[in-house]
Amino acid sequence: MIEQAFAATGIETAGSEPLIWIVFKIILIVLPLLLGVAYLTFAERKVIGYMQVRIGPNRVGPRGWLQPIADVLKLVLKEVIIPSGANRVLYLAAPILTLAPALAAWAVVPFDNLKVLADINAGLLYILAMTSTGVYGIIIAGWASNSKYAFLGAIRSAAQMVSYEIAMGFALVGVLIAAGSLNLHAIVVAQTGSLLHWFWLPLLPLFVIYFVSGVAETNRAPFDIAEGESEIVAGFHVEYAGMSFALFFLAEYMNMILISALAAVMFLGGWLSPFQGVPILEGLFSFVPGMVWLFLKVSFFLFLFLWLRATFPRYRYDQIMRLGWKVFIPITIVWIVVVGLLVMGGVPPWFDR
Amino acid sequence: MTAPARYFKSLLLTELFKGLSLTGRRLFSRKVTVQYPEEKTPQSPRFRGHHALRRYPNGEERCIACKLCEAVCPAVAITIESEQRDDGTRRTTRYDIDLTKCIYCGFCEESCPVDAIVETRFFEYHGEKRGDLVVNKEQLLAMGDRFEKEIAEDRARDALYR
Repeated sequence: MIEQAFAATGIETAGSEPLIWIVFKIILIVLPLLLGVAYLTFAERKVIGYMQVRIGPNRVGPRGWLQPIADVLKLVLKEVIIPSGANRVLYLAAPILTLAPALAAWAVVPFDNLKVLADINAGLLYILAMTSTGVYGIIIAGWASNSKYAFLGAIRSAAQMVSYEIAMGFALVGVLIAAGSLNLHAIVVAQTGSLLHWFWLPLLPLFVIYFVSGVAETNRAPFDIAEGESEIVAGFHVEYAGMSFALFFLAEYMNMILISALAAVMFLGGWLSPFQGVPILEGLFSFVPGMVWLFLKVSFFLFLFLWLRATFPRYRYDQIMRLGWKVFIPITIVWIVVVGLLVMGGVPPWFDR
Repeated sequence: MTAPARYFKSLLLTELFKGLSLTGRRLFSRKVTVQYPEEKTPQSPRFRGHHALRRYPNGEERCIACKLCEAVCPAVAITIESEQRDDGTRRTTRYDIDLTKCIYCGFCEESCPVDAIVETRFFEYHGEKRGDLVVNKEQLLAMGDRFEKEIAEDRARDALYR
C-alpha cells in the first residue's frame, strides 16, 4: 500500500536497501553537518573579527580551535527555562519544528555523482516545502513564549519569510526551466561543462536574488529583523535557554549551509569541476573528487553570508518588504520570461542540447 | 543624478559592492588587538589606578589629615579620622577609601598639599569577598612603599607640565 503510494509520487522506495544502511547514510550526512555548524560559528566569529581589525576567539585550545566545543558544552549544561506563562508543549516543540525541516531538506542534496540519500524526481519541490515549513517553528516559538518581544519577532519573521519565499520560489522556477527537471541530480548534470556552462551566467539575476532571499529566509544579517538584538532583544527566541536555544541556533546555521549548498547545486554546477572541457586544467585537476568542489563552492557562499553580516547594517522593516515585493518579485518574473526565450531559442552554450 | 542612472546604480548594487570591498580589504589589514595578559598597552605617567599613601624619605607618613581630599571627593569615597600626636603634629588614625565608590577622577591627588595621597599605575587588583575593596590606611601605605620608585618617577616626569 505504502509502496504503491510512494511509487505513484515518483519517490524511490527503500525496498532494495536495508533500513540500517539508510540510517547509516543519514548519520554520515548529519554528523559532518553538525561539525560544520560548530565550526561555522567559529569561522563566523573569526571572519567578522578580522573584518573589524581584531582577532576573534583564540584562547580555547590552539588558536581557538576548541571554542565551538566549549560553546556547545556550555549550552548543553545550561538549564532549560520554561517561562511560567508559556504554553509548555508548543514551547518545547518549537525548536524541534525549526530544526527538523532544516535537517530533512538535506535528504535530496546530491554530494557527488549519484551520492544522494534520496534521489527523488520532485527534489526542488521537496526543498521548497521543507524550507517553508521552518517558519512554523519560529511562529510557534514566538507565540508559545508568551512574551511581547518574542511575539513581535515571530510576526516580523513570519512576514519576512513568507515574502521572500515567493521571490525564492520564482528564482527556482528559472532553474527549473533552464534544467528542464525538478531532480537536483538532473539539474547538476544539465550544467555539465566548464565554469561558463553553469547556470549562474544565464540566470545571473535569479542567482543573486536566490542568494539574497536565502539570506532573508535564514533571518541572517542584514535581514535579521526577526532577532534584531538592538530592537527586540533577540526576537522569537528571547525566552529560550540552554539546549532549546541551541536547537534554534543549530537550525539557523544548518539552514545557512543548506541555502549555500542549494545555491552551489543550482547555479554553480554542484560537484562539477570548474575546468571541465578546458584543455590543460581539466587533466591537472581531474584528481579532485566532486565532493571537494561542492565543499569549496558551499564554503564560498558561507563566507559570503559572513561577509554580508560584517558589512551591512540591518534593513528597516518596510525596506525589507519593499525589496521583497516591489523589486525581487518583478525582476524574477521578467527574468523567467527571458530564460524561457533563451531555452526556446536553444542559446549556446547553455541550452543547445 | 537622473532617474534612470539612479535606477541602474541601485540595481547593479554598486554601493553594496563598495561596502563589501571595504570590509574585504580590512580582512587582510594588520590587527590592532592587544593580547592582554601577555601584551600590555603603554601607560601614561598620569595613569590613575589604585591609590597609595606616600611617606617622606625618613619614613614619616606625608598625610597631615587636612581632609581636603575627603572634602573634594565627588564620590564621597574617602573617610578620614585624625588625632594630635605627642609631638604636636596632626596625623590620621583612619584613612579608608572605598574603591567601589571611587571614580578615579584624581581630585584627591590634585587637592593634596603634601602629595600624600596619589593614584598609582597599578590597576590589576580585585576583591574576593565583601569589603575587600574598602582599603584602609595600612594597605594604602603598603601600596605607597611598594610603588614609591614608580610614583616618584611619574611625578617628576609630569612636573614639567604643571
